[in-house]
Amino acid sequence: MTDLTAPSVQAADAVPARSRFPLHIAVFLAPALAIYTLFSIYPLIDTIRLSLYAGDETGVRSFVGLQNFYTLLTDPNWSVQFWNAFRNNLIFFAIHMVVQNGIGLGLAMLLSLPRLTGGSVYRTLIFLPTMLSVVIIGFIWQLMLNPLWGIAPSLLKMVGLGGFFGPWLGQESTALLTVSLISVWQFVGIPMMLIYAALLNIPDDLLDAATVDGAGPFSVFWFVRLPLILPTLGVVSILTFVANFNAFDLIYAIKGALAGPNFSTDILGTFFYRTFFGFQLQVGSPTMGAAVATAMLVIILIGVLIYLFGVQRRLQRHTF
Amino acid sequence: MKTLHSKAFRRRAGQLLATASVVAAALAFANAASAQTLTIESWRNDDADVWNTKIIPAFNKKHPNIKVQFKADPPTEYNAALNARLAGGTAGDLITCRPFDASLDLFKKGNLVSVNDVKGLENFSDVAKSAWSTDDGKTTFCMPMASVIHGFVYNKEIFDELKLAPPKTVAEFHAVLDKIKADGKYTPIAMGTADQWEAATMGFQNIGVNYWKGEEGRKALIEGKQKFTDKPYVDAFKELASWAPYMGDGYKAQKYPDTQNLFTLGRAAIYPAGSWDVPIFRKQADFEFDAFAPPVVNAGDKCYISDHTDIAIGINAKSQNMEAAKTFLSWVASPEFAEIYANELPGFFPLSKAKVDVKDPVAAKFVGWRGTCESSIRNSYQILSRGTPNLENELWNVSAQVMNGAMKPEEAAKKAEDGLASWYEPHKK
Repeated sequence: MTDLTAPSVQAADAVPARSRFPLHIAVFLAPALAIYTLFSIYPLIDTIRLSLYAGDETGVRSFVGLQNFYTLLTDPNWSVQFWNAFRNNLIFFAIHMVVQNGIGLGLAMLLSLPRLTGGSVYRTLIFLPTMLSVVIIGFIWQLMLNPLWGIAPSLLKMVGLGGFFGPWLGQESTALLTVSLISVWQFVGIPMMLIYAALLNIPDDLLDAATVDGAGPFSVFWFVRLPLILPTLGVVSILTFVANFNAFDLIYAIKGALAGPNFSTDILGTFFYRTFFGFQLQVGSPTMGAAVATAMLVIILIGVLIYLFGVQRRLQRHTF
Repeated sequence: MKTLHSKAFRRRAGQLLATASVVAAALAFANAASAQTLTIESWRNDDADVWNTKIIPAFNKKHPNIKVQFKADPPTEYNAALNARLAGGTAGDLITCRPFDASLDLFKKGNLVSVNDVKGLENFSDVAKSAWSTDDGKTTFCMPMASVIHGFVYNKEIFDELKLAPPKTVAEFHAVLDKIKADGKYTPIAMGTADQWEAATMGFQNIGVNYWKGEEGRKALIEGKQKFTDKPYVDAFKELASWAPYMGDGYKAQKYPDTQNLFTLGRAAIYPAGSWDVPIFRKQADFEFDAFAPPVVNAGDKCYISDHTDIAIGINAKSQNMEAAKTFLSWVASPEFAEIYANELPGFFPLSKAKVDVKDPVAAKFVGWRGTCESSIRNSYQILSRGTPNLENELWNVSAQVMNGAMKPEEAAKKAEDGLASWYEPHKK
């Protein structure tokens, strides 16, 4: 502190500044804290509380401790479906990580080419599906892949590959892959945008210096650009993880809550929906549903923690 | 001048607004004093038009003081939405009841009141009431409205062109299918397995009643005297599996609307149907169509039909307008309602004992089978879908898999039986 400001500090001392509670901080934090507590923290805690109860047929709830979780993990009627949904969810996530983020990275690289014309047009077009309603996405793709009047079978026939067409959304072996790829198509714009922004942040002098030092385009990507966008790739991964393990809408829109055939497209979101709200003759159970929701929370939490402690801490944020 | 004018205008507008609001408030008050408003919760969003233009006006002719509002959710969201509204205390006065446990659950939780004392309940048989009564049959909590009947709808022009007659036995049915397939122009059976319920409901439950002899088999299943692994059930699955070669290209990814379109566009000859399809086909198909009952195994066998109690209406226990609600329910039990409902929504058949003339010829054919065949309801609905795994969900799953060729009929039967035996006492032995 310079001498110039000293008198004013002394003047403030008349009111004991140190001991006074910094009220303005509380005031600024209050709105966010209130909203966050009301709409996020309270429901979360109440869900966990609800998962420790069980309701009888008259709707009276009683405390049962961890019984619901015990049932969920050991009773084959529940655990088989739960682990099946979990496994499908992992596959769903793996496909997104590899295909969506891979293509996203590739597209971002292409967009950041210096001599690309019409870059903003591509960017907008590729990002567009992300903003469409999932119901529309589901409807359009079901129509395109429809074996009766879809465009996919006729297109394949036109190029002589008609024999390769199958009712992909209806086969146990291909349904999950197909739904995953539809979701990839919808959301590929998000990693593309994030990575593109990170690539733009890399100063040209670094790339120029690398080129002058004799690095080819591949080396520049592998040794200069990629390390510099790693933090963004980390963020993209964790966003993908959280979004995938909370996914529900696209599968529900395309395959319904029973996620057929034979639960091959069932993920944790649809499993939760059936449990909580019930389905056709299955009466919903809010308490068991809360247990499934809590299990999902734990899974996501574990994933995020692994990321935070295993990956995030080792990443270095480069500032230019 | 200009400002003056606008000021005067503003003052006049203000006065007008004030008057209007006073009048509106007075009207609203008068309304509240003289008329009660009943709100109906329903999943029949397709029928909103019929309710608003036919059913409610007919009711108001007799009871002008009771206003009725019809509020519908899409069928798949109804249960979840209704439960949320009941829990939040914002549900309507009248609640459209799903059959069996979904409604029984509401009654046990105190959301529905008993309708035993409502006039008109005596117009219904015990079978009609069974879907909305407690297990001991003593208390009924919803007024039965309608049932749906399964059968097969066929394209009459295709049948005429190929000189086919509606089949009566399973053997004839397969002969007809073979002929249509050999001709090659049309898909023999319009059906898909992507939605799963089509396979279970239009397939398994539709033809199954002839195998397990309707009520006889259904009751034996509940008492534990029969198992899904018994011959009738395996045979029903076998028959389903044999349909696969006759279904459309890529039927595994074909959904219910695709199936309907395949038939109404005249590209498929036979459509395993629920009677609720009749009004839709009436609107969309520009060819003549007719119906035949599920074929029997051997010529001369007694025939059975799935005449499934599907829809009823009950009273929200928290309703402020209990008397008006009971008045409405009594009217629902009247022959007048049955007449309107049957003819405005051909395909939903009234359950009351009153004789009703169904004017649509195909719908009349469906309801006519009540006279020649024995009626039964879907075997998974009463009691058997109470546990985990849920039998109805299991039947959807295995029926679709059997038709997809992913599961043998015996395996499907075993899976359904194993699931049931895991929680249902009479099947544990």
